[in-house]
Amino acid sequence: MGIRILKGGMLTTVQDLGRTGYQSQGFPVAGVMDVRSFKIANLLLDNPENEAVLEFTLIGPTLEFTSSTIIAITGGDFQPTLNGEPAPMYTALYINKGDILKFGSARTGSRGYIAFSSYLQIPVEMGSRCTNLKSSLGGFKGRKLQAGDYINFRIKRRYLPFFLSRKLEPDDFDQESTTLRVVMGPQDDLFTKQGIETFLNSEYIVTSDFDRMGCRLEGPFIASKNGSDIISDGIAFGSVQVPAHGKPIILLSDRQTTGGYAKIATVASVDIPKLVQRKTDHKIRFEAITVQEAQRLYLEEIKELDEMRKIIHQPCKEVLECRLVAKRLRTLFES
Amino acid sequence: MQNIRILTAGDSSLLVEFGNEISPAINKKITTTLNLMREQHIEGVVDVIPAFCSLLINYDPRVISYEELKDRMMGLVKMEGQTGQDRKRIFEIPVCYGGEYGPDIASIAAHAGLSEEEVIRIHSSRDYLIYMLGFLPGFCYLGGLDERIHTPRLANPRIKINAGSVGIGGSQTGIYPLDSPGGWQLMGMTPVRTYDPGREVPILLEAGDYIRFVPVDEAEYKRIKESVERGEYQCIVHEGEV
Repeated sequence: MGIRILKGGMLTTVQDLGRTGYQSQGFPVAGVMDVRSFKIANLLLDNPENEAVLEFTLIGPTLEFTSSTIIAITGGDFQPTLNGEPAPMYTALYINKGDILKFGSARTGSRGYIAFSSYLQIPVEMGSRCTNLKSSLGGFKGRKLQAGDYINFRIKRRYLPFFLSRKLEPDDFDQESTTLRVVMGPQDDLFTKQGIETFLNSEYIVTSDFDRMGCRLEGPFIASKNGSDIISDGIAFGSVQVPAHGKPIILLSDRQTTGGYAKIATVASVDIPKLVQRKTDHKIRFEAITVQEAQRLYLEEIKELDEMRKIIHQPCKEVLECRLVAKRLRTLFES
Repeated sequence: MQNIRILTAGDSSLLVEFGNEISPAINKKITTTLNLMREQHIEGVVDVIPAFCSLLINYDPRVISYEELKDRMMGLVKMEGQTGQDRKRIFEIPVCYGGEYGPDIASIAAHAGLSEEEVIRIHSSRDYLIYMLGFLPGFCYLGGLDERIHTPRLANPRIKINAGSVGIGGSQTGIYPLDSPGGWQLMGMTPVRTYDPGREVPILLEAGDYIRFVPVDEAEYKRIKESVERGEYQCIVHEGEV
């Protein structure tokens, strides 16, 4: 009762929102890169908000199901097929025992997610099921998935109410350039006025040094006042650090807890998915907003997700029409 | 107090900067603030990262806004000094120095122009303050290594250093909490597991604690190691006023 990995893809790991509460002891948070796609996948199945999913990167996995379940696929378009037929994304999808779900390479975006209504049987370690690759902690044996791995389901859950309503408009990842809104600081005062202007008015290119730990950008030199080494301090998700080479590095899920380079800005939470779904050579611009604005955007997104939850819990048009017809038929028979 | 700054680190983190130098006084302020935060339990705080002279706070903007948390923290750092939490914990870390346990001790001694015995005596004769944890799970940044035994890192880092190795890298000394590549010169090995994912408290030490290295011979090392493996070993901890 579970999934067998037939092909692991490039980097497929078990993830949730991460291992928080242990950063003071040097444990990276890890967790999903694209929090929005992760939340939508779980939401489509009425899963707990932090239920573990599979995250895959650039080339997706091939899975065989050894029992029936319901799944939801979100994130970039990896051209999924179910038993050879195109599989719809951003919808609750019924899976039969023996079905084979295959992902190709990312046509749009670069990371995809699968949530399962039967929940993955992965032990909770230090409060999380997420994989911390560097410390070989959590997830499936602390590592990425490979052919032959088998993950059980925790429960049987093969029925969801309003099944036909569980469809959402897919997010669009088909862009080659994006503007990331950032909150300046904590160490923007270590950069020259010119350096800040360069950062906010230039185009940066995503390099191939882009993994779960961070994303290095290539582009114009950002000048600091007196070098950019600082006494090591804590790093936030989406911190934009600028070492002596003057090029930004954006720190992501597997970031170290602390670092000794000045951080010019931090990407707004709602814009991190836009970054992590980009590929090499895509273009990035930065736009400064206030912390209040970034928090307003964050709360707005929470509302949007609540709205989605409402939409998938209403009878869909087809069902409503059926009900109407049934009602009319009943009155006909009764009279 | 006037040099404490609260800085934005995005919409879900905030940095409290206590100064711009590595000093026991600043470290104490951070530890005190952390204790106060624990006592008061600020709703919405998700995680904290204490560092040499700052405290990064991750929070949930659904529960507490930037302004609210900033005000709370400003109030807290002003209370600093009014708490009774002025006790220090010193952890005794047994170390088997030299030989196969510390393959670089000869090179450390040669660099210092001292005998191996003197290096061991110097290294184990003072208590080291844990300024912060980072780099690896459970890795402690210790302050106060005697200048006489500062030793440059290896030109060619090792691919694997075993967990428990005690070494010197430049002006720092420390313990490798898990197997890891690294460039520090190794002087000994402790049987104590500072990081054990299977233990109820996986990380033994906290920022603000002190470490005292205690030389042990090979027989004692093996005895402690067996006791650690049986899950019976209790680290010797001295508690006292600061």
